[in-house]
Amino acid sequence: MLCDICGKVVATVHLTEIIDDQMAELHLCENCARAKSMEMEQQFGLADLLAGLSNMGGQVETEGMAGLKCPACGLTYENFKKIGRLGCSECYWSFKSYLNPLLKKIHGSNQHIGKSPINKPQESIRLQAIKTKISPLQELRNQLRLAIQKEEFEKAAELRDKIKELEKKGET
Amino acid sequence: MGSIRPEVSGLIEMQLNDLLKQTSEWLKSSGPNSEIVISSRIRLARNLDKVPFPHWANKKQGEWTTEMIYKAVSEDEYLKKSIYLKLSDLDAIDKQFLVERHLMSHEHALKPDNKAIVISEEEIVSIMINEEDHLRMQVMKSGFDLSEAWNIINNIDTSLSAKLPFAFSKELGYLTACPTNAGTGMRGSVMLHLPALVMTKQINKVLAAIAKLSFTTRGLYGEGTQAAGNFFQISNQVSLGQNEEEIIENIKGIIRQIIEQENMARNALTQNNRQILEDRIYRASGILKSAYIINSAETIEMLSMLRLGQDLGIIKSIDRRLINELFILTQPAHLQKIEGKRLNAQERDVKRAALIRSRIGNIG
Repeated sequence: MLCDICGKVVATVHLTEIIDDQMAELHLCENCARAKSMEMEQQFGLADLLAGLSNMGGQVETEGMAGLKCPACGLTYENFKKIGRLGCSECYWSFKSYLNPLLKKIHGSNQHIGKSPINKPQESIRLQAIKTKISPLQELRNQLRLAIQKEEFEKAAELRDKIKELEKKGET
Repeated sequence: MGSIRPEVSGLIEMQLNDLLKQTSEWLKSSGPNSEIVISSRIRLARNLDKVPFPHWANKKQGEWTTEMIYKAVSEDEYLKKSIYLKLSDLDAIDKQFLVERHLMSHEHALKPDNKAIVISEEEIVSIMINEEDHLRMQVMKSGFDLSEAWNIINNIDTSLSAKLPFAFSKELGYLTACPTNAGTGMRGSVMLHLPALVMTKQINKVLAAIAKLSFTTRGLYGEGTQAAGNFFQISNQVSLGQNEEEIIENIKGIIRQIIEQENMARNALTQNNRQILEDRIYRASGILKSAYIINSAETIEMLSMLRLGQDLGIIKSIDRRLINELFILTQPAHLQKIEGKRLNAQERDVKRAALIRSRIGNIG
């Protein structure tokens, strides 16, 4: 089998890639694979870094962490560790006891001393209208993303099928 | 991607062509230390309070965010005359064109959903909407001028904070999708041209020292890119626990030292290896003036040598600003915009060589 990218060299690296919830298999030669992995590092490098950092927090963290979820946006702490991004500004309070030591490790401090906005969040316009719950489809997409990151491709394929089914029904 | 209404695509083409005609602020080569420092950039990450961050938001929330921010921006005094573009209205070349001009990140071009960009007159300010954070505002200035970049962005940020409910806490500062940006949400970056440190093989020592001080180094096109053409982008990593002025002063301190090192290396080269240096510079000039086919990697390497020659007074006939412009105009999307059509890699290599010859071919 020849490399999918250059089409010249025999493919020795086989990769499952998911873009916009579409799964694709890629067969690459060593050179193209290296270029591809640089591209992927760009997307996941930070998440890996964060996952590594938050593990440095020690054993205490693993207890009680399972199932910890931000009530405002539905993101779990497990989700955060995998994707390296929080779900909303409320996550900072939902995961405070884990995030504070993490912030200290990243920045050497967890106390802001810079500028402040004119408009205090509590005085801000009500955003109730858009704080809608995550739709089932979106929940599935998030699960798919996690399954891919954990390299659980069978689970990913199942989720992908469920998503397709839901999309067919026209649900958003 | 759906098809765009013709009147919209016509307007976009006009707006992008206007950009093409002007020199980006950061390439003007007009600021302090512009022989070594190409540009200074400051970006602030801001989010709307309690609204899911872009990667976690649903379609409705994403649309709402874009609308809300667009409204605030269009009412802003400084940003009133800006261009506003939805990423879903742009084709691949348009997007790459904006990335090449450093107006937006490569990541912003990847998934268009509810993403938009605001570009101020003269391309000094750009605001990415729904990138990793709801707002990523950046100011670019030519040369070593972080303080002026900060003054501009600080004013815009303050004025927008009166209209938009930014996610903020007294304790943790501005709350960002990634905790590595929390606090000030600020990243200051300086783009340096360091050919002499590379030629004298001292660059790795310098970069290692920078990394120890919690600064990061990237190439010409941000995260994950290689340092093509001897360009290095240095930025702060820490955004919490220091105020904005302190962060800027720290970066300035580091940059001043690097400038000094580069100048020392340039002096050493001109004194001890003048012939080798002149040979490399004149060869680069020769290739650029006479090539009929040239790829972008070689172009950047050769332009880097030409620029060094100009800095050292070896090349006198070509203006530094023209060299700076060529770095951008010879990029793939720019070439295709100039030609007004799609070109494959071989066609681009021919057009690139022709463009360079037409600009510097008959000079000195």
